[in-house]
Amino acid sequence: MKGTPQHVIIAGGGVAGIEAAGTLADLGYRVTLVEKGDEPGGHILQWHALFPDRRPAGEVKSYLRKRIEHRNINIITRTTVEKIRHHGGGVAVNLSGGTEEKADAVIVATGFELFDARRKEEYGYGIYDNVITSAELEEMFNRNRIVKADGTVPSRIGLIHCVGSRDEKVNNNHCSKVCCVTAVKQAIEIRKMLPSCEVFCFYMDMRMYGPYYEELYREAQEFHNVNFIRGKVSEASVNINNRLVIKVEDTLAGRPLRMELDIMVLMVGMEMAGSGMKLAEASGMKRGINRFLETTDHHYGNNLSSIKGVFYAGTCTAPMNITDTISHARAAVAETVRYLNGK
Amino acid sequence: MSIDQANKFGFTINRSRLIDYDASDRKVRDYITAREPSFRLCFACGGCTAACTAGHHTTFNLRRMNTYIRRGEIDPLREEVTRCMLCGKCLLVCPRGVNTRNVVAVAAEAIRKLDRNEL
Ligand SMILES: Cc1cc2nc3c(=O)[nH]c(=O)nc-3n(C[C@H](O)[C@H](O)[C@H](O)COP(=O)(O)OP(=O)(O)OC[C@H]3O[C@@H](n4cnc5c(N)ncnc54)[C@H](O)[C@@H]3O)c2cc1C
Ligand code: SF4
Ligand code: SF4
Ligand code: SF4
Repeated sequence: MKGTPQHVIIAGGGVAGIEAAGTLADLGYRVTLVEKGDEPGGHILQWHALFPDRRPAGEVKSYLRKRIEHRNINIITRTTVEKIRHHGGGVAVNLSGGTEEKADAVIVATGFELFDARRKEEYGYGIYDNVITSAELEEMFNRNRIVKADGTVPSRIGLIHCVGSRDEKVNNNHCSKVCCVTAVKQAIEIRKMLPSCEVFCFYMDMRMYGPYYEELYREAQEFHNVNFIRGKVSEASVNINNRLVIKVEDTLAGRPLRMELDIMVLMVGMEMAGSGMKLAEASGMKRGINRFLETTDHHYGNNLSSIKGVFYAGTCTAPMNITDTISHARAAVAETVRYLNGK
Repeated sequence: MSIDQANKFGFTINRSRLIDYDASDRKVRDYITAREPSFRLCFACGGCTAACTAGHHTTFNLRRMNTYIRRGEIDPLREEVTRCMLCGKCLLVCPRGVNTRNVVAVAAEAIRKLDRNEL
């Protein structure tokens, strides 16, 4: 690279945005990383231990922190990217607060949003105390305390797969990919913290698609006595003992089943982030029927937008785990560099 | 072993448990699919069966009924279609948007036609 380094703006400072920023900076580009939250990190800041190996999430968080300690990277927090437009031969972005920033290219890495579990009313989230989401269970792990709302220790916990995913009733036909293995990971964590607490996973299909996921599933059965019941829970209620009661078909036995639970954990799915959606609308970026950003080709154009100088990284395009998000972000950098070299 | 002994121990001739896919007949499935195309979307989650009041008291099971239809297992299907009360509770649950109640209604119609050799 000759002369003044070219400048790339990254919208969103989650795993994808951070990895893209670090990679570009290593290659000598000037980077501005814009994050709407208080600090970069995105969703993984909330996670406790990560699948597939249940390593402490802190290890990956500190990798990411170091990744953006770089003199070529300028980080702007508490700022939202509102619009991307062409400007001269490059691009300009409008930021919240009315400011503007110019660059040679933009990488969009606005990530995902968790499904709002209140939209599945029949599960009683926000109505019954002991119905929580998978993200809230991660917070309990972080505090090292799994208790019911009244402070007592649960003796049976049920994890409900596919909440807000694969469900026409909430307008999400897609599979969120990470929640089956998250359930298995969380089931093991519960069993380790509370050895006398029974754990049940209610699934429709076990989607163990990544390396060592199936092994984790096997480990859950072999060493942790996690129970698996195949069926979609149709509803939850509370009985006079203030215990949750769920209804499901045990599809393998071919009979309806009812069960009392102390805590019901909803494995909430991944949706396109609202702030990414607004950015897409303001900037003319296309979205697929699943509402995530649509790339120009599912196979060989998976980081490309249909707008010149704008590239995509991470879960703003589809649900992904951390491994795939990092690979996708690096690939976005390769596409960006190819574009900048041709300018 | 004498015939007598065989009877005592229950060695009568059993009907095969096999789903003989090539011997069974999928006319009923095709009739239903043509009239209620959403039937194709069932992914056997059992949400309907969990919600169904009829299924709590009888062996009725809508998810299993769908499978019988797909496989062309007409005999067990015959019994299933009579048990649904067409209340529509299952419709509220189905994550694939199958028009479940209509599947039962059309299945009953298909069987009537089959018996009259009209299918
Ligand atoms: C319950 C759960 C558990 C998980 N556990 C694991 C695990 O154990 N192992 C694993 O590999 N993966 C796990 N994942 C997946 C992992 O969380 C994702 O792969 C990862 O967070 C994706 O990173 P991202 O940068 O694409 O998105 P995000 O983490 O969503 O980051 C996007 C960032 O962009 C910001 N942003 C959005 N819009 C704008 C805008 N317009 N302007 C500025 N900033 C904006 C957001 O504030 C956010 O910080 C889990 C997922 C879930 C749901
Ligand atoms: S990963 Fe599993 S729980 Fe998540 S949507 Fe897909 S099938 Fe459902
Ligand atoms: S319509 Fe029939 S199958 Fe559906 S819930 Fe009512 S009785 Fe059960
Ligand atoms: S609820 Fe729908 S998808 Fe699930 S088994 Fe019943 S008909 Fe099939």
